[in-house]
Amino acid sequence: MTYVLQQLINAIQLGSIYALIALGYSMVYGVLRFINFAHGDIFMVGAFLSYFAALLIRRLAGSAGIPNALIFLGSMLLAMLGTALVALSIEKIAYRPLRKYRLSVVITALGMGVFLEHMTLVIVGPWRISFQPLISEKVHKVAGVSISTTQLVIIFVSILLMLILEFIVRQTKQGMAMRAISYDREAVPLMGVNVDHIVTLTFAIASCLAAAGGLLYAHAYPIIEPYMGIMVGWKAFISAVVGGIGVIRGAMLGGYILGFVEIAAGAIFPSRMRDLISFVVLMLVLLAKPTGIFGLPLRQKV
Amino acid sequence: MLRKLILLMVVLALSGIATACAPTGPAEILVGVNAELTGAIPMVGAACKNAAEMAAEEINAAGGLEIGGKKYKIKLVIADNENKPESAAAAATKLITQDKVLIHIGANASKNAIPASSVCNELQCPMISPWSTNPNTTLYKPWVFRACFIDSFQAGVNAQFGMEEFNATKGAVLFDIGSDACYYQGFFFKNTWEKLGGQIVAFETFTTGDKDFTAQLTKIKESGAEVLYVPQYYDEVPLIVKQANRLGVTEKIHIIGHDGWESPDLCKLCGADCNGLYFTTHWAVDIAGEKTQAFIKKYKEKYGVDPDSVAGLTYDAMYLFAKAAQNCGKLTGNLATDRKCIRDGLAAIKDFEGVTGTMTPTEQGDMIKSVHIVKIDCDAGVFRWYKTVQPRTFE
Repeated sequence: MTYVLQQLINAIQLGSIYALIALGYSMVYGVLRFINFAHGDIFMVGAFLSYFAALLIRRLAGSAGIPNALIFLGSMLLAMLGTALVALSIEKIAYRPLRKYRLSVVITALGMGVFLEHMTLVIVGPWRISFQPLISEKVHKVAGVSISTTQLVIIFVSILLMLILEFIVRQTKQGMAMRAISYDREAVPLMGVNVDHIVTLTFAIASCLAAAGGLLYAHAYPIIEPYMGIMVGWKAFISAVVGGIGVIRGAMLGGYILGFVEIAAGAIFPSRMRDLISFVVLMLVLLAKPTGIFGLPLRQKV
Repeated sequence: MLRKLILLMVVLALSGIATACAPTGPAEILVGVNAELTGAIPMVGAACKNAAEMAAEEINAAGGLEIGGKKYKIKLVIADNENKPESAAAAATKLITQDKVLIHIGANASKNAIPASSVCNELQCPMISPWSTNPNTTLYKPWVFRACFIDSFQAGVNAQFGMEEFNATKGAVLFDIGSDACYYQGFFFKNTWEKLGGQIVAFETFTTGDKDFTAQLTKIKESGAEVLYVPQYYDEVPLIVKQANRLGVTEKIHIIGHDGWESPDLCKLCGADCNGLYFTTHWAVDIAGEKTQAFIKKYKEKYGVDPDSVAGLTYDAMYLFAKAAQNCGKLTGNLATDRKCIRDGLAAIKDFEGVTGTMTPTEQGDMIKSVHIVKIDCDAGVFRWYKTVQPRTFE
């Protein structure tokens, strides 16, 4: 029983991070009908920016004795700001001029991903960087299950961010516009909504979530490097598709499903079959429901 | 346009003649270095490059390598293999066919050294891998040598050490099935552990690039293992150890590792989490002899960091080559003959005193040398010598 509980916590931790990043894929797809393949690398940029932000805040604070929680919050906000700026300039330079050409914009997205990786490689070098945790680590024992403070913070912060996102999308005008665009792109401008503004906002929110994901990921797996976004990006993309791309709740669910499937496959079967089994499960999900779990059947407009 | 082209060609032709007529200095020997300068383990590539350059400078400063009464200057040709098997093979091909090196030093990680060694053997160019401990690097490849000990010996030492030191019978392994060195280490450890009468209760794997090991570590904790062998590189070890600490694995299980752990970066990345863990390696700095101390001091002055064993082994590989050149006797200028002569010179080496110990190659090109077990003390930033095990087989 403790074993199952422990694996459950492992799965929630991994799933929370996948869900945060999957949201970015899903939101951009919902608004623009295009998959932003650079999103995994935007996540990587977020991790690096939060590393540098934490260094900066620590240095500025000096010996003022600022509590770690504030440094954590501060570096998360700074990283979100920086990552949003990076993502917005990418959108403006590389995506907006090509919005009409759906294939070309996917290629520029892939190119932007490679560009971000190598840009980071040039700036920070190939060395692995150890991320100094901003959370004072303590392992709590509850009925034989080990839960660390880091794990609790990761789970708590990502669920909080998802609730905030839910609020923005459901309760604000901008959120309503986002949903409207994803429902019918042609009609929305006729209602007086500035589509460009909504696209900008979507990119900003998506990259903020990626930045937070980067910071949390760097706490869970505290070594950061320029290529860290590739695999995580792919897995988040898969989560988004499994959950039903374009649907926000689908991305959240998809992230947790992937986390659970990966951990469960490793826990039940010999671990060398982990990826094999977890991806077979995901394929089966898609075979049963090709548009994802929350995905709506494609509407063909005549 | 045409006239310009003709003019350009004339200029080029003239400059060609000019270089051909330039007075030649002392003859040069080209030595190819195939190193992991970028990719997952850049510290390894940097150490290899630095040590090779240091050895070449030393030899050149002493007037060059004397072979058959004639002095030769060493010139290094350095190629980056990006820590990818295919790039390592491509780099080896380029060094041998295009740059026409006399000998090929590198690659270091086994997954790169194995394809590179196939190329060297095929093209009949002698190769010394400083750091690759996998048997397949040299197996049935008469042109290939190594400067380090071999994996079957290292994993055997680890199994015996884990059993005796912690009075354990239940062992576990966690390793990367995507990397040659790690894969063989995992299986060799299992074989020896079982041969010595123990039981492997968890045999867990992952694939290169994985960052989350919680599923496997939870399984290992549940299995009741007493010793966990982690034959991984220094960039993954901190992730594994930190997650193990978080999950409470290390309360009952002793983690031990292999020579891939040794790098000044291990403590930078792992910090206090790695304190008190043991691993096997090529040298122990705190019991090093005079020659080794001198090397360490010089390296540190030159590059500002402590050398790791890759640096020591590359330095030894360069001097193994120098020794082989002397054994060879003379160079003819015909590359194929000279390469053969260097190969035979390497095979003829006996009791070579290097900075990483005394070594003699076997028929297969593997070095017979001792292995050291060190204990990590990251607070002091050192790996302390714990034990030395003399060469033997665990068959």
